[in-house]
Amino acid sequence: METIIREDTPKTPYVKLDGEKGVVEIKGRSIPENSVEFYKPLIDWIDEYGDDPKDNTIINIQLEYFNTSSSKCILDIFKKLELLFKKGFKVQVNWYYEEDDEDMFEAGEDYQSIINLPFKMIEMEE
Amino acid sequence: MQDIKMGFNLEEWYAHKLQGDVIFKYTGSISPEMITHALDAVENSPLLTKERLQTRKKVYNVFVECMQNLYHHVDAPPAGLSAGGSPNFGIACLVHDGSFFRVTTGNFILRSKVNFIKDRIEQLNSLSDEEVRMLYRDILGNEALSEKGGGGLGMLDIVRKTGNKLEYFLYPYDGEHIFFSLDVYIS
Repeated sequence: METIIREDTPKTPYVKLDGEKGVVEIKGRSIPENSVEFYKPLIDWIDEYGDDPKDNTIINIQLEYFNTSSSKCILDIFKKLELLFKKGFKVQVNWYYEEDDEDMFEAGEDYQSIINLPFKMIEMEE
Repeated sequence: MQDIKMGFNLEEWYAHKLQGDVIFKYTGSISPEMITHALDAVENSPLLTKERLQTRKKVYNVFVECMQNLYHHVDAPPAGLSAGGSPNFGIACLVHDGSFFRVTTGNFILRSKVNFIKDRIEQLNSLSDEEVRMLYRDILGNEALSEKGGGGLGMLDIVRKTGNKLEYFLYPYDGEHIFFSLDVYIS
């Protein structure tokens, strides 16, 4: 499946969707006014990837911060991956947060409480 | 020229809100481009770069959420306002005020929205930290995005991140408009 790379902008994160490796990466900040416009193509890609996924799918989320409209879109990504997990495919969420960044740590906990996916919280040193 | 109506003086209000070390101030049309520039200015402010990472990120995050709340929810101001006539007119400032950072926003809303805003803020202010957290998770997990993209989480996120109550005033301005003043304190 086609690999999609989007470079970061002041308001949107770096994104890499690698269908060959089964890896999704979202890194940087996510604060667009219109998050749906930014995330819809990514969610559509994951939807399509779900038709013929790898045995193992990894999603790395390493966000500095994100706005509330992005939070819903990120949840939608997790929901798509949750469908794969329910079908028996392995899915791993790696949630990165900077040392002492309680807000980002708690955001990871929020998603863990809502979504049924294996979550690994990874602290990064400043 | 001064914008004074029904005892409310916009210039005096603004001058009062600028007390402290001003990191950012703006009066005019709130647009995505303006928010990008504002954030850039805030991120490069020497008053913030010396703060610890968690405080800095909290300030950026809350500031963006406040600005985007303005962008999505302002009503057109009264006609003839000397401070500006753009339909997306708003005022915003970020000030280092004693031991706090304060984000202040001011904008006109239609009188018909007053009760909704008042009830919403009073409800959020009545919640404990744990209740705020639970409500946030509940809305995140269960409610669809609103047309404006916020999903009803904006104010809640601000309260959660700051751990402080929202301070607000609704100043009657004319028969149609109310001036909505909001102060968010980040410690």
